[in-house]
Amino acid sequence: VPRNYDPILHPFEVPREYTRALNATKLERVFAKPFLSSLDGHRDGVNCMAKHPKSLSTVLSGACDGEVKIWNLTKRQCIRTLQAHEGFVRGMCARFCGTSFFTVGDDKTVKQWKMESPGYGEEEEPIHTILGKTVYTGIDHHWKEAVFATCGQQVDIWDEQRTSPMCSLTWGFDSISSVKFNPIETYLLGSCASDRNIVLYDMRQSTPLKKVILKMRTNTLCWNPMEAFIFTAANEDYNLYTFDMRFLASPVMVHMDHVSAVLDVDYSPTGKEFVSASFDKSIRIFPVDKGHSREIYHTKRMQHVITVKWTSDNKYILCGSDEMNIRLWKANASEKLGVLAPREKAAMNYNQKLKEKFQYHPQIKRIARHRHLPKSIYCQVKEQRIMKEARRRKEQNRRKHSKPGSVPFVSEKKKHIVAVVK
Amino acid sequence: GEKLVLSELLQPIKAKSALSSVKKELNKVKQKKAVELPLSKEEAERVVREAAYVRTSKDVGKWQQVVLQNRRAEQLTFPMKQELVAVAPLEQVVSAWKARTPLEQEIFGLLHKTQQPITDPLLTPQEKASLQAMSLEEARQRRAELQKARVLQSYYEAKARREKKIKSKKYHRVLKKSKRRKALKEFELLRNADPEAALAKLEELEQLRMEERMSLKHQNKGKWARSRAIMAKYDLEARKAMQEQLAKNKELMQKVQVELPEEEPGDVPAEDLVAESVPTVPMDASGANPWMLGKPSGPAKEPEVQEDLGDVTEPAVAESKDMSEEEMSEEEALLQDFEQKRHIRRQQAASPELQGADKAEMVSELPEDISVHPICPEEQVSMGIDQPSPAQQEVLLLEQPSRVQTMEDVEAFASEECAEEQEIPVAAGAEKRVHQQQEGRAEDRQAKKRKAKKRRIISLQAVLAGKSQEIQCPSLPVAVEEEEGGIDQRGVITEAFAGDDVVADFRREKRKAEQAGKPQPVNLVLPGWGEWGGTGLRPSKKKMKGFLLKPPTAPPRKDQHLPHVIMSEQRNIHAAAHQVSELPFPFEKHQQFERSIRTPVGSMWNTQRAFQKLTAPRIVTRAGHIIQPISAENV
Repeated sequence: VPRNYDPILHPFEVPREYTRALNATKLERVFAKPFLSSLDGHRDGVNCMAKHPKSLSTVLSGACDGEVKIWNLTKRQCIRTLQAHEGFVRGMCARFCGTSFFTVGDDKTVKQWKMESPGYGEEEEPIHTILGKTVYTGIDHHWKEAVFATCGQQVDIWDEQRTSPMCSLTWGFDSISSVKFNPIETYLLGSCASDRNIVLYDMRQSTPLKKVILKMRTNTLCWNPMEAFIFTAANEDYNLYTFDMRFLASPVMVHMDHVSAVLDVDYSPTGKEFVSASFDKSIRIFPVDKGHSREIYHTKRMQHVITVKWTSDNKYILCGSDEMNIRLWKANASEKLGVLAPREKAAMNYNQKLKEKFQYHPQIKRIARHRHLPKSIYCQVKEQRIMKEARRRKEQNRRKHSKPGSVPFVSEKKKHIVAVVK
Repeated sequence: GEKLVLSELLQPIKAKSALSSVKKELNKVKQKKAVELPLSKEEAERVVREAAYVRTSKDVGKWQQVVLQNRRAEQLTFPMKQELVAVAPLEQVVSAWKARTPLEQEIFGLLHKTQQPITDPLLTPQEKASLQAMSLEEARQRRAELQKARVLQSYYEAKARREKKIKSKKYHRVLKKSKRRKALKEFELLRNADPEAALAKLEELEQLRMEERMSLKHQNKGKWARSRAIMAKYDLEARKAMQEQLAKNKELMQKVQVELPEEEPGDVPAEDLVAESVPTVPMDASGANPWMLGKPSGPAKEPEVQEDLGDVTEPAVAESKDMSEEEMSEEEALLQDFEQKRHIRRQQAASPELQGADKAEMVSELPEDISVHPICPEEQVSMGIDQPSPAQQEVLLLEQPSRVQTMEDVEAFASEECAEEQEIPVAAGAEKRVHQQQEGRAEDRQAKKRKAKKRRIISLQAVLAGKSQEIQCPSLPVAVEEEEGGIDQRGVITEAFAGDDVVADFRREKRKAEQAGKPQPVNLVLPGWGEWGGTGLRPSKKKMKGFLLKPPTAPPRKDQHLPHVIMSEQRNIHAAAHQVSELPFPFEKHQQFERSIRTPVGSMWNTQRAFQKLTAPRIVTRAGHIIQPISAENV
């Protein structure tokens, strides 16, 4: 359509765009309905989940009663159930090709299962079972080779064809809660142990690299799938820490918002954001470079969230919680699902840009930030704010009343690091 | 040679101690340092770790550039690696796949039987053989032949199509006639060469004739008619039948033509008749008629009409006449003529500028008045006939409505004017328009009478001109009133809004704003301080002078030179709620921030391309596509 772009004919561009931005922000809040569905069927709390590497619609989950379920997300149905272990399913991971998956459980076994359900009349049996000496608490598969790693008393690296580990990596003795392969530099491993440390390993040289000790225990860590040297650790002290593995002395960013221990973290496949699950019955989405979350998801019925995954098409979030449900959320709360017409898409982009442009304006900021919180979280947030303020004031006073320089300023990033061990 | 000195040779003879060698050894041992203790296990491991860490960080550090680039990127598209749809070669697919079901096996069996090729040069044995059989030269020749044939065919098709499209009856008639003649000639030849065959053909024709007779067709178009034409030469009866039929045909044709004059009285001259019934076709082709512009010129029409007349009689004549070579040539010439005409027409269409130029000339010939008016056909005709001067024409146009005006018309006129009064039109223009409309209406009625009166009107022009001025009076006053109303409108408005003088109000307001904006002097005078005070006593002038602080003059107002604007520089509290109070983080100067806000993004202020570029999203993902972690291959 030919148009006259003479600015005289279209006056008040800033106020008009401001109004549009305000409306877009309001509409975003109006349409923010992130919860899609709940997958129920487990008979105990969901302890771990795994994404299918080749199929977007498939997700696997393991429960505290040793049951593993495979779900179809499009149908929102359980398509297969198997009793994998006695006791907890502690960890599970899919093979990179998507033909099989591994589980570890409290019964000191590592089991490999076929992804396809057994044919009619066939027994539901694992392909391989490895019986270990100690309990395995976590497992992760290599991204390209037939190698997987388990953790427990030590980090073991296994060849799929063998029943004994290729090598065992230890640095002190403590129970290691999680181990993760780096998705880009696939020989790198990160683990976190209950003696509050995070240890990095190199599989090529079969040696640990470095250890960083934090003030409190780290529950899990997750590598950034787009930035090889960045990983984020979910800590018991309500915070998440994003580290650059080359500079472990202080984290790149401290992400604060949770009001209870953070139990799990998973990166979005674009590497720009991550989602964290917390004991405070909520999940939060953090931009990688921001200290505070952009989104909090909660429902009345959702209890302590133990595991969380961001689907590989960057659209959805799955969280498994104590009360036996897996919930499916939109990653972008107000996003319209389904195919968009080109005009719709253009309007959406325009609105997004306007929101970005006017994000510093007080009204827009206020509306965009507004979230409803459950009372428990709201109160705890308030309480913690008071506590933090009190601590700050106390430190200030101490500094005021002591010899200058004797009470040093410690940045928030450094505050939580106890030591870096070479 | 070296010199030997005797003293060197004479060493003092000493007793060698037995322990000297041992001593030496001891000394040697003393000089050597002790081997260090091996490192403790922990320390050794630590060294290994450190080395490994340095190496690994270096390895990982190679991603630094990529990471920074992606962080800074305006737009990132995921998945980064576009999967290409790989087309597996057929051999691979076939070799990897085995026929299992009976249907598949059957199909495979068939394929094997016909020796369908599976491997790379996909050619059947037949194809191979044919490839080997034909040489390149031959193939080329054959191809050329085929091409030629195709081209010829397409030419013929195009020609046939073109001929089919020609609408001219005459052309077809002539064509048909030539065909008929050709058939006759052939028959003649056949009769000479093979009488029996000719007889058989005659019988066939007879059969056809019988069939033809059953259908009532009287035109000389069908097969039967053609056969009659052949017979006519030798058979008098046949000739008669032909003529009869033609006569009938002619009669029918005539009837169609007779229809037109029936409406008219017989004494009307032919020229007028045509002019009345077909007003768009001008009678005398003077250049003054703009309706002529798009049409073929008048003179070209006349001979055609004559020809038409000739054609009506022609068939009969032609049949009776002998087919001479002359006529043949004449008809061919006619056909050629048609061809040429078409050609010319096509050329004209191709060069519209030429036509345009012609038109311009024609227009320039027209009198100005006529070109301005929207013209009714009746007017045209009258103009064409009597060719009055512009002034006379004007008079004539004016007078026409008044002559045949009825009460109805006047009423309608008045109501229309009332409607127009409301919109306050430009008086003169409106008047003209109204007149024209009236004319149009009046003319419907007039048209019937006009034909009879036309001549008289022309002769009585002078008289009518005088009359018209008289009769204008009753119809015009309304228009005049309206005109006066238009002038008064302004007065009416001023009267209606007499109370509020907006301009003066604004001026006052501005003055007030100016006064308010001026800095006020500060009065620090304390009455009764240092002098007598009380009711009725005022502080002394000296004191007033000393304690009335005059502020420095304010900077000039920004609207100083803008008479229609008041610019207020006060902070608006209501707007402040929507304004940014402090500079947001990434910006370093407030100008930067303001600039970022000032440039509009929307499509109202930007071209489509710019709009798309400005609103491009940071991250683009494709629905239903798995985003794999970045890898060295797709960087």
